[in-house]
Amino acid sequence: MIPILLKILKTGVVSEKPPRANEEWRVRAATIQREILAILGRALVIRQVDAGSCNGCEIELNALNNPYYNLEGMGIKFAASPRHADMLLVTGPVSRNMEQALRIAYEAMPDPKLVVAVGDCGRDGGIFGTGYATCGGVANVIPVDVVVPGCPPPPTAILQGILTAIAARAA
Amino acid sequence: MRIPGMPQSPQPLSGAVAASITRVHAAAWSEAAVLARESGCRFVALWGTDHRERDGAFSVLAAYATAQGLCVIELPVAATEAAYPDLAGVFPAANRMQRSARDLLGLMPKDDAVDTRAWLRHGAWREDEFPLRRDFARAAPLEPAPDSYAFVRVEGDGVHEIAVGPIHAGIIEPGHFRFSVVGEKVLRLEAHLGYVHKGIDKRFEDFTLEDGYRLAGRVSGDSTVAYAWAYAQAAESVLDVRPPARALWLRALMLERERVANHLGDLGALGNDGGFGFALAQFMRLKEDWLRANDAAFGHRFMMDRIIPGGVDSEPDRAHLEGLVRQAREVLEEVHAMRRIFDEHSGLQDRFLTAGHVAPLLAHELGLTGLAGRASGQAHDLRADLPTTPYDVLKVKKVVYQGGDVAARVNARFEEINESMRLIVALVEAMPGGDVRAELAQARDGAFGVGWIEGWRGAVLVALEAGAGGRIRRCHAHDPSWHNWPLIEHAVMGNIVPDFPLINKSFNLSYSGVDC
Ligand code: SF4
Repeated sequence: MIPILLKILKTGVVSEKPPRANEEWRVRAATIQREILAILGRALVIRQVDAGSCNGCEIELNALNNPYYNLEGMGIKFAASPRHADMLLVTGPVSRNMEQALRIAYEAMPDPKLVVAVGDCGRDGGIFGTGYATCGGVANVIPVDVVVPGCPPPPTAILQGILTAIAARAA
Repeated sequence: MRIPGMPQSPQPLSGAVAASITRVHAAAWSEAAVLARESGCRFVALWGTDHRERDGAFSVLAAYATAQGLCVIELPVAATEAAYPDLAGVFPAANRMQRSARDLLGLMPKDDAVDTRAWLRHGAWREDEFPLRRDFARAAPLEPAPDSYAFVRVEGDGVHEIAVGPIHAGIIEPGHFRFSVVGEKVLRLEAHLGYVHKGIDKRFEDFTLEDGYRLAGRVSGDSTVAYAWAYAQAAESVLDVRPPARALWLRALMLERERVANHLGDLGALGNDGGFGFALAQFMRLKEDWLRANDAAFGHRFMMDRIIPGGVDSEPDRAHLEGLVRQAREVLEEVHAMRRIFDEHSGLQDRFLTAGHVAPLLAHELGLTGLAGRASGQAHDLRADLPTTPYDVLKVKKVVYQGGDVAARVNARFEEINESMRLIVALVEAMPGGDVRAELAQARDGAFGVGWIEGWRGAVLVALEAGAGGRIRRCHAHDPSWHNWPLIEHAVMGNIVPDFPLINKSFNLSYSGVDC
């Protein structure tokens, strides 16, 4: 126990300041819902769906949970079920084999159904493009609020994307 | 090099990897597999190619690891018949690869006993359509069909099934797991993957030999360095160029940094799955520092697109290189402290010990490979067994455990971090000077080459065939996870369902790498 406590003391608090929302990434003028304003007031719950990613974007999404980004401290957490989620965070060019699962997850989400497409693949299929096995971007399958470009986008960019989506809906 | 006992003379392949290709007839194809098995060679990969334009037939290719290098065996398969002798009877790991070759090319193994269920094709294309045939033309996309995979059913008193996926509870890749359980105990697990199939093999046809490294580096993002290096080796083989020594040392520096990054992340996640959140916070912090240093030194957190055919695209300056040495020493000290905490934590050890056991004999029989293989007594590591520059002078110490349980896979990661840190320091301190990039030549249409690199998870193989005008005709990238996924099904048998995430994480296999 003592080594653990010493390690905690020595490590201290490493969390950094969050980035600002990026208005340029808004892709869809939102249907404004008043209760969105409340979203940051309570916890924002996110369900992540890998829809054909190379797993690079997942590494950065996992990194968001590290102490530097202090996600839960800001009231943002990842949930296991889309039924508990305010936001769907989708990676990958949407493989045809995941298309249906993605739709089901989207439909299972309660309104307001915020969707953030993460990475160049989520934006437009990225390096994999559109083909016999890929749909070529999340917006070809479900409505998207914000896209976060990058291959993969670093955690700060993903965090910006999340905040942008909230701001877009709240505006 | 050749498979011991094979009469046919192999044709050596140029390039960094000691490798050969042998074109054979059907009888010799089967015989090669049996001889390979008998002489202790390992089966590495199986894939197919549409060679009808060139020689009026398809080809099916199998790669074997011998003590001297990689032997590729190529069998022409008549277009009219599209069938070849089954290998899964000799090497069970071939099963899913053969099913994928059927889904993509329509080539069937000839044995009546083979598993005929589709593997990659879930209903996104028709059964009589074969995307990797060169005359494949994409018709209008099909309506997505419900997935109706025929899982093997376990009958008996009190047996029930738990279906998980394709979307899992955490931030991880999708796949379907079907557990047959009694109470909490797992009787059987069957995985069905293929959900993130992106048609990468087909997509390679849109790339040139020179720029295919970008796509190869995204077959499995967590191993981008290993894939890009393996691709570069294959491209350098067909283009007949030799990268300068300094470039090879920089590649190894990146490869070891990739290994450490993944091991740090896995150790944190394993601690967390063992109910020790402290470990996650600590290791994720170390990993973040590590990725930020990658970004500062190489301009990308995962070092994507830094290894290119002919060398590397840029190099860190002296100050950054020295910073990497300092960081290696500091992080290693922290990892040692964490290891002591792990070792003394009885709750954690209780979860790790005996969980997800794969005995060395089973590991050998079924071909468990890479890190997980070494934790089950399979002492293979390309960096030590067939070292290329700079590993030939660095003399890598193989990390081998006999335990075969989660604890062994945890310890293997700790030990490999140790060794990689030593390598990182040595790589920076003894790095030769000079250029980091060689001029590329023209490839002969039809030239074939391979790349083979020991990534953090295991050996990554890239087989590349040049087309006309500097284009790629066929590129197949092979992930070590192909061999290890079936072993997870064995590892969880007899364990309780709640231990599955821990066991699964201790292998940490790639979905994207095998779905491709
Ligand atoms: S955007 Fe890049 S890192 Fe993300 S899934 Fe696509 S290829 Fe991988």
